[in-house]
Amino acid sequence: MSISVPERIWWKPVDKGEKIWVGLALTWCIVMFIMMPLWHLKGGQNAPSETYRVTPVQFQKAAQEFIDKYKVGEEKGTAVVAPPAGSDIYLNSMMWRWDPILKLEKGKTYRLHTSSMDLQHGFSLYPQNMNFQVLPGYDYVLTITPTTAGEFYIQCNEFCGIGHHMMVGKIIVS
Amino acid sequence: MTNAGAEFRTCPTTGLKVHLPAENLIKANAVAAVVFLLVGTVMALLVALTRWPAVHLLSAEGYYRALTAHGLNMLIFWIIFFEIAVLYFASAILLNSRLAAPKVGWLSFLMMLVGSLMVDLMILQGKADVMMTSYVPLKADPLFYLGVILFAVGALIGVGLFFATLVVAKREKTYEGSLPLVVFGALAAGIIAVVAIAHGAIIYIPTFLWSVGIIGPIDPAMYRVVWWGLGHTSQQINVTAQIAIWYLLATLTVGASPLNEKVCRSAFVLYILFINLASAHHLLVDPGVSPSWKIWNTSYAMYLAVLASMIHGFTVPASIEVAQRKKGYTKGLFEWLKKAPWGNPGFSALALSIAIFGFIGGITGVTFGTEQINIISHNTLRIPGHFHATVAAGTTLAFMGVTYYVLPLVFRRQVVVPSLAKLQPYVFGIGILLVSIGMTFAGSYGISRRHWDIAFTGAPFQLSVDPTVYLMLGVMGIGAILAFTGALMYILITVFTVLIGKRPA
Repeated sequence: MSISVPERIWWKPVDKGEKIWVGLALTWCIVMFIMMPLWHLKGGQNAPSETYRVTPVQFQKAAQEFIDKYKVGEEKGTAVVAPPAGSDIYLNSMMWRWDPILKLEKGKTYRLHTSSMDLQHGFSLYPQNMNFQVLPGYDYVLTITPTTAGEFYIQCNEFCGIGHHMMVGKIIVS
Repeated sequence: MTNAGAEFRTCPTTGLKVHLPAENLIKANAVAAVVFLLVGTVMALLVALTRWPAVHLLSAEGYYRALTAHGLNMLIFWIIFFEIAVLYFASAILLNSRLAAPKVGWLSFLMMLVGSLMVDLMILQGKADVMMTSYVPLKADPLFYLGVILFAVGALIGVGLFFATLVVAKREKTYEGSLPLVVFGALAAGIIAVVAIAHGAIIYIPTFLWSVGIIGPIDPAMYRVVWWGLGHTSQQINVTAQIAIWYLLATLTVGASPLNEKVCRSAFVLYILFINLASAHHLLVDPGVSPSWKIWNTSYAMYLAVLASMIHGFTVPASIEVAQRKKGYTKGLFEWLKKAPWGNPGFSALALSIAIFGFIGGITGVTFGTEQINIISHNTLRIPGHFHATVAAGTTLAFMGVTYYVLPLVFRRQVVVPSLAKLQPYVFGIGILLVSIGMTFAGSYGISRRHWDIAFTGAPFQLSVDPTVYLMLGVMGIGAILAFTGALMYILITVFTVLIGKRPA
């Protein structure tokens, strides 16, 4: 009984059926244990690991310089920016917008710097469904290569106050 | 101890010596748990009916407020009050012992009660719209953090009282030999609780000081690392307590005995050793922590904790099968299962808890803990889809199931309307299953959790959402109404049993 004291010596050999199950489960756990680092090295898509400390003021300055340099237009009050292929690009986040709108080229690789000016935000690329955390005080560099042309949206998926649901940005790939 | 006899009664059903002050504390904590469950359940319905686009009930403000209240009342208040009751039961009652210091138990209860009322008051006044995680620099009223700290310290005192009672029982020789398995499981839960609450103190005390302006800003990445030491580890208290209850219910419902004490106990030890490190899987797509840190902590540690769940998921049903076969249900492979007491809410709750926790909760959870898959699940509705299967179906159903034994044995009342009690675990279990499935599928389309409006009203760009998402959120909404009904049935049955249930002869 599970509610009464066990026999004096309860450290007993394990039954065959139970042994097989524990063996199978352990084997599966080991397979998964090996897969994780293996896939990190061999897999084509991993969470980026490049991250720097940055103050909101520093990041704001870098992002603004980037916007001023490559601005090609404006949509709904947000700058549209067309940076050269393969460059460092910036996406700033604040309650409740993503700044700027990025125009990227298909098949080219970019270093996308993200950070927040205020609260924690969530970078969620829609409809691709790729999600990364954006924190104030940290520059998180996502190395990205758009493989499909079209319009993509960035919804915030970390709660950031009453206007959270309105925080939608855009990336255009051509 | 003087006048020992007067403080005990002998349970006519189990023959256990019941310490009356312990019994009173169990009652108080269980009643508080059910009251907070009611608050959390009402919030659950409001939240689900808002996320169901066809209804979209609350305003944005109301939704985030209700969601914060739902998380804290369910995940913290309902579950931890109940767990404290389980700890007192597992130590004092199951070991035939006195509770070490009942007055300390009341102090713990009072602190937890005041803390939880403070938190709820702050949330309902709109001074803490910060979600359960209260990620900095999102700021709540200082009294919110103070309430959380008060609750946590109260719970820690309760856990300490549980440990002290184990010592008293050993010293006063109320039992001979090793602890019963259920008590051993409760001990594992208690140890994990200390680790969890220590993390809570490390993060909430500075956050409180920051909220009153005594110290400067808290680093958001550091907050997340330490907070999840609390947030994830506290889920492991739930799992461990829930599995101790699985063993308890298997014994109470069909008379099962653990197959091999060595295996079961070792599996509990795996939980204690590994689960805290595994909380790193909440930070897989975070800046600030390195990939080697993420991979190391989520791989070996997480999978050894998973191994423990795989073992319990085998040994509990296996012990039920053995007990049933001993009763003569030996025809074919599954007569033991077919002839199981499906009309006993204790058993049906146990069976649904094991099935939904294992197949839905476990599998989704392990999947999301993979670095790459986490990219497509982080902060989407797949996450609450997962933990409603673990915590709402697994833990809550197990607690509901054991309540049908606590009512006659501890409260000494016969369960009112047994026919309703018979149905209750099915209604709640199927409801939560639909909630979990609906959320998981909607989330796999990239639909975010903690989000008021998938129509993105007022946003500069409108996302075109796949029609399947609307279907799946409908499934979630219907499931939520069912689960709400099941939870309400449970609350009404327990309240009326305690108030007007017949005293057993």
